Amino acid sequence: MTVIEARNIGKRYSLHRSNASYRALRDDIMNAFHWFTHGRGKRRDTDEFWALRDIDFSVQQGEVLGIIGPNGSGKSTLLKILSRITPPTTGEVKIRGRVGSLLEVGTGFHPELTGRENIFLNGAILGMGKKEITRKMDEIVAFSGIEKFLDTPVKYYSSGMYVRLAFAIAAHMDPDILLVDEVLAVGDAEFQKKCLGKMEEITKKQGRTILFVSHNLDSIRTLCSRCILLRNGRKIIDEKTDLVINSYLKDIYKENITGYVFKNDLSKEAVITRVEINSEQGNQSGFLADKEINVNVEFEINTPIQALLCLMVTDKENSPYIFSSEKDDRPDNEQSLKSYQKGLYRALITIPPNTFIPGFYDFKLQIDQPFIKTFDITSSLSVIVSEKTRPLGVHWREKIQVKIAPSISYTITQKT
Amino acid sequence: MRELVIKPKSVFRLDVREIWEYRELFYFLAWRDLKVRYKQTAIGVAWAVLQPLLTTVVFTVFFGKIAGITTGNIPYPVFAFTGLLFWNYFSNFLSDASGSLVANRGIIEKVYFPRLIVPLSGIVVYLVDFFIGLIMFGVLVIVYGVHVSLLGIAFIIPAVCIATLASSGLGMFFAALNVKYRDVRYALPFFIQLIMFVSPVIYPASVLGRHQWLWYFNPLSGVLEGTRSLLFGLSPLNVPLLLSSAGMSIVLFVVGLLYFKRTEQWFADIV
Repeated sequence: MTVIEARNIGKRYSLHRSNASYRALRDDIMNAFHWFTHGRGKRRDTDEFWALRDIDFSVQQGEVLGIIGPNGSGKSTLLKILSRITPPTTGEVKIRGRVGSLLEVGTGFHPELTGRENIFLNGAILGMGKKEITRKMDEIVAFSGIEKFLDTPVKYYSSGMYVRLAFAIAAHMDPDILLVDEVLAVGDAEFQKKCLGKMEEITKKQGRTILFVSHNLDSIRTLCSRCILLRNGRKIIDEKTDLVINSYLKDIYKENITGYVFKNDLSKEAVITRVEINSEQGNQSGFLADKEINVNVEFEINTPIQALLCLMVTDKENSPYIFSSEKDDRPDNEQSLKSYQKGLYRALITIPPNTFIPGFYDFKLQIDQPFIKTFDITSSLSVIVSEKTRPLGVHWREKIQVKIAPSISYTITQKT
Repeated sequence: MRELVIKPKSVFRLDVREIWEYRELFYFLAWRDLKVRYKQTAIGVAWAVLQPLLTTVVFTVFFGKIAGITTGNIPYPVFAFTGLLFWNYFSNFLSDASGSLVANRGIIEKVYFPRLIVPLSGIVVYLVDFFIGLIMFGVLVIVYGVHVSLLGIAFIIPAVCIATLASSGLGMFFAALNVKYRDVRYALPFFIQLIMFVSPVIYPASVLGRHQWLWYFNPLSGVLEGTRSLLFGLSPLNVPLLLSSAGMSIVLFVVGLLYFKRTEQWFADIV
C-alpha cells in the first residue's frame, strides 16, 4: 500500500535583500509611507530561491527510505513539508496514517521541569495523549537509562542524558510514518547503536514506514533499502541504497574545484581575497581522511602591518579543532609576528593526512595578531571529510568515538 | 486509515475538531507554565499577590491622595484594586500571548500542531493569578468594611469572559505580528501602558465628563464600570456601554483570529 505520494512538490523561499537579520515593522511602515507620498516606486527587493523543485516520489508501507544530499540540497525542507511544519509552494502530498517526526530530539524540553515532567510535556508536543504516555512511561524510562534522575530538573542533566531521554520519548511514539532527521548524530557510540537497533526493530518488526535523513552514510546503508539523492532542491536519483550512495560519493569527488572569492576592501589593512581547498582526490565538498588537504590562500595587504596568517578549524558544534599560524606562537608576541609590505601574497597550507576523522568541519582563515587584533577573517568554509579509501580501523574507532585518527606506526620486536 | 493531503496555502478554515484533538497539548502547555511559575511556590504565589497589591499602594498614594481622584463612597484602594485585578489579568495575558510564538519557536520550527494553542494556553496561569487576586480582594473588602452585592460578584464571570476575548484577540494579533516583525515586542509594552491610561482602571469613567461616548470604543470600560457599579451599587449598570464593550471585544477576537490564521502557515519559516 502506498502511504506517501508526493507529486510535484516545490518550496520557494524569498530572501529579503536587506541585510537585516529580521524584518522591522518600522521599516515597512516607512516604506508604505514612502509609497504613498512618492507613488509607485520600486517594490521591496527580494531574491527568490527554490529550496525544492519538482519532487515526485512515493513510499510503500513498511519501507525505510533514506534521503541524502549535500548541505542545502533540500532534505530538511522536504521533511518539514511532510510533517506539515511548513506548506509547500507547489504540488501536493497524500499521506495515509499518523505522521510522527523526530526532526530534533528534545523539542520543547523545559530546563526547570524534571525528567518525568518533561516526558509528559514532550510526549504531548509529539502528539501523544496522557494515557498513552502513562502507559509507556516505564518503557521510556528503561530505554533512556536515567531512572535515578527521573525527578531531577533536566537542567542538571548532562547533554548525553538529555539526548537519551529525548530520543527515548520520540522512539516510543507510535506513528504509522516516522520522519527522522539526523538524530543519530548525537549521544555516545553505545547509545547510537541502541538507537539504530530501535529503528531497525521499528521497521522490521512492526512494519512501520520511515523516512530517514542523514549525513551518516553508514547508518543509511544499514537501515534503508531505498534512497533518494537530492541536489540543489531536485531529485537526482531514486534507487536502491547502494547505487545511490555510490553515485553520491562519485559526485562529491569529481566535482570541479572551485575557490571561495572575496572582494578586496581598500579601507581594511589586509583582506583575504581567495581560498581554495583541495586535495589529491576530492575538493570543497568531500575529502578523504587519509589524503593531504591543501588550502591555497591569496591575500592582499593594503597597508604595511605586523601580522600572521592563521587557519582555524572548528567542528560543526563550533568547538575548535585546529588553530595554527604561519609561525610558532611564542610568549613574546612582537617577535613572533611577521612584517608584511603592501602587495598580493599567495600561501599554501598543507594539512597532513589522517588529521581528521570523517565528519563536517568549518575552515576559517584569518590575518591577525592573535589575541590583539584581527585584520580580516573569512566566513566559515564547509569541508566534509569522508572515510579513508581503505576503511581501516573504522570499526573500533566508531565505538570509542575518537577525536583524531592519525595512522600510527607500531614497531614491536621480541627481545627474548 | 486517515488520509491527509498537504497542499500549498490551504484556504482559511478554523479546524475546531483538530484543536479539540490537541486539547491535551493545550493542557500540558498550560500545566508547564503553571508548574514553572509556581515551582518555587513562595515566589510564585507572592508574585501573584504582590503585583496588584503594590500597584494599588502606589496608585493610592499618587492618585487617591495626591491627585485626589474622587471615587464616591468607595475607598480608593478598593476602587483601584477592582480595576487592577482585571487590568493585570488583561495585560499580563496579552503580553504573554504576544510573545508566546517567539518564546516557543523551538517547538514551532520542529513539530506540527494547531498553532493557536500556543498563545491561548497562557490563559490558565493568569486565571489562577486572577483568582488569587480575588481572594485578596475579599480581604481588602472586609478590611475596609465595604458592602458588596452578590450580583456584582456573579457579574465577574461575564466580565472576565469579555476581558478574555479582548485580550486573546489582541494577543493572537500581536503574536502573529511579532513573528513577522521582531521590533513589535519593543513597541508592545508601551502600547499596553497606553491602553491602561485610556481605560478606567485607576480612575472612574466619569472623568471624561460629556465625552463619555468615547468609552464605547474601549472593551475594558464596560467590564470595569459594570463590575464596579454592580459590586458597590453606586450607579445603575450602564447596559449600552456593557454591550458595546462586549461587541468590541468580539470584534477584536475575530480580527485577531483571522490575522493569526492567515499568517499561521508561515510561522515556522520566519519565526
